[in-house]
Amino acid sequence: MSALLELAGVTRQFGGLRALSQVTLSVAQGEVLGLIGPNGAGKTTLVNVITGVHPASSGRVRFAGRDITRLRPYQVARRGVARTFQIVQPFPDMTVLENVSAAALFAGGARYGREARDEAMEHLRFVGLADIADRSAAALTLATRKRLEFAKGLAMRPRLLLLDEVNAGLNPNEIDQALELIRAIAARGITVLIIEHLMKVVLSLCTRIVVLHHGELIAAGAPAAIVEDARVIQAYLGRRYAREQGAVRG
Amino acid sequence: MRKDALVAALAFGLVALVPLGGEAYWLRLGTTMLMYGVLAMSWNFIGGMAGYPSFAVAAFFGLGAYSGAVAQKFGVPMVLAWTLAGIAALAFAALLGVALLRLRGHYFAIASLVVAEVLRELVNSATDLTGGGMGLNLPLPTMTSIDAQARFFFYAMLALAALTFAASLFTRYSKLGFGLRCIQQNEAAADMLGVNTTLYKVSAFVLSGAFVGAAGAVYASWLHYIEPPDVFDVLYSVKAIVMVLLGGAGSVFGPLVGAALFLSLEELVWRHYLQVHTGVLGLMIVLLVLFLPRGLMSISRRAWSRERPR
Repeated sequence: MSALLELAGVTRQFGGLRALSQVTLSVAQGEVLGLIGPNGAGKTTLVNVITGVHPASSGRVRFAGRDITRLRPYQVARRGVARTFQIVQPFPDMTVLENVSAAALFAGGARYGREARDEAMEHLRFVGLADIADRSAAALTLATRKRLEFAKGLAMRPRLLLLDEVNAGLNPNEIDQALELIRAIAARGITVLIIEHLMKVVLSLCTRIVVLHHGELIAAGAPAAIVEDARVIQAYLGRRYAREQGAVRG
Repeated sequence: MRKDALVAALAFGLVALVPLGGEAYWLRLGTTMLMYGVLAMSWNFIGGMAGYPSFAVAAFFGLGAYSGAVAQKFGVPMVLAWTLAGIAALAFAALLGVALLRLRGHYFAIASLVVAEVLRELVNSATDLTGGGMGLNLPLPTMTSIDAQARFFFYAMLALAALTFAASLFTRYSKLGFGLRCIQQNEAAADMLGVNTTLYKVSAFVLSGAFVGAAGAVYASWLHYIEPPDVFDVLYSVKAIVMVLLGGAGSVFGPLVGAALFLSLEELVWRHYLQVHTGVLGLMIVLLVLFLPRGLMSISRRAWSRERPR
């Protein structure tokens, strides 16, 4: 498997705060990679660096063999990197269909008019929102708004989909549906990078997990290995707890 | 889109009949209304569609007026001078847009407000070219009768208004208009969705400058005389904004409806309340904006959606 996305020594500084420090990471084509870490670890910053919202202070980001470190967000989007927002952001005064059409038109390369609309409708069918296509996006429930984010992401014809806490705020039933959807998306051959706090989601979906803590990558590996990793336990639960765990086990 | 074009063609056709009445008062009022229609429709590109509160209308108007006047001073024929004025405002808007559209909200509003003041000072001090504070006289049109002149400038403004309307209609239903709606609602999200926000915003700003520039030049020729405080008056910006808000921001007919309503109110109030007319007018505008925050056009839209329940 070749690498679709490569980060080499990426650092992002906000004034005196180093949100990301020397992150080196490679995402393989077709992978479902989980990115976890305590609050404030720099997960969303990492997504912002990849998408060009906050370009890296130093280091390089390569996507599909090309350097995208200094590209603007719209250029990254057109290259095939789609993201969903932690706090969902539909265009409130547009219909559901128009929202998805915009994604198909501006990033997906569909032509203005019928082509963009037809394509948007197809994605709405895929995520199960076809029957509310004409509804205003402002009137949707949180769960449907998250589905709309999926449809927008797909309409961008991405090769890499960045999901930033798409399951936050959903009930268990809705999470199961979202899981199914993410699996179906991965089955289409789209590489997925998923930021998530819910371990149930990460463990059941991801082929590999990387852990971020204070802006540094502290562990990477298979899900089963990560939950046993002493540094990860320490990052989440503190040094003492990690030691006790180690003592019991040792 | 076809329906809108038809309604507009009908409306412009009706307005074109006004000179048949022949009364100088109506011609003058009509020309003024059409001019403000151009200003309001132009502001709608940047303020209504893209959601950027620009106060640059006065700057484009004054720039156009002086470009047209100076061009005619050097012997350029009148209609060509108007076109040049439009192009000058267009180029100026493009340069200004690249610089100013990095700012948002209040910061953008203040920056665009200052532009007219800067231009006015420049024109004031460039005495050799512009006559400075003395103003600038324009060559009298070749038409002999006053009536023919009035009619000529009425039709010139009508043509310019029709052109501006065609541009807004086309923009509203194009990829550009769709992108601007995205920017207006959430610029960061639009950027992430692949909209080249800088290009789109500058395009909207250019559209908001070009026609105003031409209108300024027509105005200068119409009056035969311009001076800096008159054509760089901030009221051109303020009135254009109020008209669009009255009519309905973002819609194609809103600015025209707003311009007609505003000037009718102004005319009516001015005649009946000579002492307190600005106060009465201001009160009416406050009430309208309070009770119809999305403008007059929202009434028809509301009626329309009630007819077709979802």
